[in-house]
Amino acid sequence: MIVDFHLNGEERTATVVGWESLLTVLRDNLALAGSKNACEQGECGSCSVILDGDNVCSCLIMIGDCEGSTITTVEGVGAGDLLDPVQQAILDEGGVQCGFCTPGFVVTAAHLFANDPQPDEATIREAFSGNICRCTGYGALLRAFAGLAEDES
Amino acid sequence: MHFVAARDLATALDARAEHPDAELLAGGTDLMVEVNLSHHRPTGVIGVRACDELMEWRDGRIGAAVTWARLEDGSARALAQLARTIGSPQIRAAGTMGGNVATASPAGDGLPWIAAMDGSVEVASRERGTRLIPWNEFFVGVKQTSLAGDEVITAVVTPDDAPHVQEFAKVGVRNAMVIATVSCVVAKGADGFRIALGAVAPTPIRATRAEEMLNAEASISDLVLEEVARLVSAEVRPITDHRSTESYRRHASGVLARRLVERCRAA
Repeated sequence: MIVDFHLNGEERTATVVGWESLLTVLRDNLALAGSKNACEQGECGSCSVILDGDNVCSCLIMIGDCEGSTITTVEGVGAGDLLDPVQQAILDEGGVQCGFCTPGFVVTAAHLFANDPQPDEATIREAFSGNICRCTGYGALLRAFAGLAEDES
Repeated sequence: MHFVAARDLATALDARAEHPDAELLAGGTDLMVEVNLSHHRPTGVIGVRACDELMEWRDGRIGAAVTWARLEDGSARALAQLARTIGSPQIRAAGTMGGNVATASPAGDGLPWIAAMDGSVEVASRERGTRLIPWNEFFVGVKQTSLAGDEVITAVVTPDDAPHVQEFAKVGVRNAMVIATVSCVVAKGADGFRIALGAVAPTPIRATRAEEMLNAEASISDLVLEEVARLVSAEVRPITDHRSTESYRRHASGVLARRLVERCRAA
């Protein structure tokens, strides 16, 4: 089957079987490897994308259900060399160790700050409860997002 | 593969009647795990998450495609509490009440709430129209329901006199991203206390002996509360598996029931 959707501001088409995950199609069909494939059961958040306004795990979205959807992946956060404020905050605070979870944190942060520019610490912690960093580098990430919330105030 | 993205119920019911082998897809948080990890290859899928009728939510009727993210903000206290404990923000943005009911996992977090409210599952088919199935007839075994092959779950319906005083608690190994070891809903209505539990039997259950004892008492002393815990622990039918043991689940069932009875009494 053919699925058409709006991806990172462009109209895209994918020829698929239908039951594949959105994550598989992003990575294998559309060569967008920013969304990471780790747990494939919605536990780790490294494949987070914004689908019709919701932050979801793209590994749990069936591609056949994406017809007409609007999707933002990590490649659509920021504009080329111009970083999004959440990316700059992570960079400034050194919030990257191995980097595998980083795209998921960037997408979740972009979604959080788009909906709530000044989240408090409890809100930040809860927003990231579905993003796992196996390096346990949460401290720097929390400082990055708390600092960004302060800058917005 | 045949994929129908239904935007209204009539389309979903037509597809269900015409493609009996097709699977229903709502948020995908169960079905896609099977696809990804069990190499399950659906031959047909009917997507229902964007069905207008299934997204409706009003007092006493929760459309099957209403997500946990929406239910977190509702006025039914125990329902909002349990919704917030499900998975992560990403899971709650996708997962639905109807999907929880359809999967019928013993650990489904929404199920003890339906049992405590004496709720029903509303289902529809093209040939036979709509029917309401009481919760204890809908859930018949581990991941088994009485949904017929041509039917679609349309809503969870609760009676007009469903108790407003209601509390939820769950035990798991951590706060986020955890499947319940034991979950419990206690509600207090005009007919007295109701105690429902999840993950401690093949289906959600009511602790009816504990309820009867509790509702026969004129006042709730510490002694009565201890007896509630003892009866609940005796009444549940848990198993030992990779998440916990039978004996721990029995113990935790009694502790949670007692704690929630106390909270409802104070409400």
